[in-house]
Amino acid sequence: MFAWVIWRDLILAWRRRTDVLATLFFFIIVVSLFPLGVGPEPQMLRTIAPGVVWVAALLASMLALGRTFGNDYQDGTLEQLLLTPQPLFLIVLAKVLAQWIVSELPLVLVAPVLGMQFGLSQNTLWIMTVSLLLGTPVLSLIGSIGAALTLGLRAANVLVALLVLPLYIPVLIFGAGAIEATVNGLEPQAYLLLLGATLVLALAFAPWATSAALRISVE
Amino acid sequence: MLEVTNLSCVRGTRRLFRDLNFSAAAGELVELRGPNGSGKTSLLRIVCGLAAPASGEVCWKGKNIRTLAEQYFRDVAYLAHQNGVKDELSAYENLRVSSGIAGRSLAKSEVIDSLTRVGLADRLHLPARVLSAGQRRRLALARLLSLKCRLWVLDEVLTSLDDAAMQLAREFINQHLKEDGIAIIATHQDLNLSANRVKRVQLAGV
Repeated sequence: MFAWVIWRDLILAWRRRTDVLATLFFFIIVVSLFPLGVGPEPQMLRTIAPGVVWVAALLASMLALGRTFGNDYQDGTLEQLLLTPQPLFLIVLAKVLAQWIVSELPLVLVAPVLGMQFGLSQNTLWIMTVSLLLGTPVLSLIGSIGAALTLGLRAANVLVALLVLPLYIPVLIFGAGAIEATVNGLEPQAYLLLLGATLVLALAFAPWATSAALRISVE
Repeated sequence: MLEVTNLSCVRGTRRLFRDLNFSAAAGELVELRGPNGSGKTSLLRIVCGLAAPASGEVCWKGKNIRTLAEQYFRDVAYLAHQNGVKDELSAYENLRVSSGIAGRSLAKSEVIDSLTRVGLADRLHLPARVLSAGQRRRLALARLLSLKCRLWVLDEVLTSLDDAAMQLAREFINQHLKEDGIAIIATHQDLNLSANRVKRVQLAGV
């Protein structure tokens, strides 16, 4: 059942790939605008890079949130999912995982290429990828709570941003912190461990919260 | 087997119905009637566990469905107003995926059989987006059959079906009742079912 949900969501994303590409290009463009706007001073670019990449990742992941449950809600398949004889949090977990693969994993993969525009060293690019790999699943998990709560509301997109962005702050701080430490020649380990801890915490609680929110929204 | 006791439903500030009681045993059909907005869909959603009642309870095999939760969902199939069909997937994929998610994976041949029964044999691999409203309804019927659930909760099952498909739907329901299934059907049309054990529930509207 878990695999069926993931398989279904991946196929759906592939058949609607313009949506997915829009998120990816948004990320690429936002990150690329900064070197153009700020100027080519290498020291400056290296200082702003961690924050820019992470803020762009947060905003790009916001764009994708509405699709997690929105389409299923509209065509009635979400009701079917709620009526399956499996625990709802498993279905939620499968959907979040599919959403991460579709919307966040591409960002993680292009991020090192974008990082080169900021004159980051190879080691820093590596740490940046690891921090995104640990942090973006947290964005998907926390975001799913917001997406479920605002399901079917008008102006849902704005509401999701207001609900979810403040909750993203720890991920932003730890993620950008890890890259910043590496840029300054320090060990990023502490930040990465904190990111890992956030991920474990989100994995433990977000699916339950999302399940409860879905039941309320569909009712 | 299914017992509804003192059920009330409130939507916003409106009370749709109160103290509703009915029950259904194996092989029985409950026909739910009432004007538009009288709460038929709300009642069906409460019965299948999607919504919570304002008061009262729904029991399945003697236990409240709220405590049964997933165990109850194994026995209930809900056909809503919306067909729950994914536009991007073909008829074949839709059925394959929805049965897989419901934990009753069908083999390739079974999927094709089900779709042939509802008359979609020559539309197997077309995306559901290009199917007509009636064909989508047929696809939803195929899903209902494939789930093999004891309790069917059907909302306006005959909507947008042509004469042949309506006849088909009636046959499915008759067959289901004959096999000791239970069906609750909200409808405006006469179902003309041959089932001899029919209960009527009339919602008054406010």
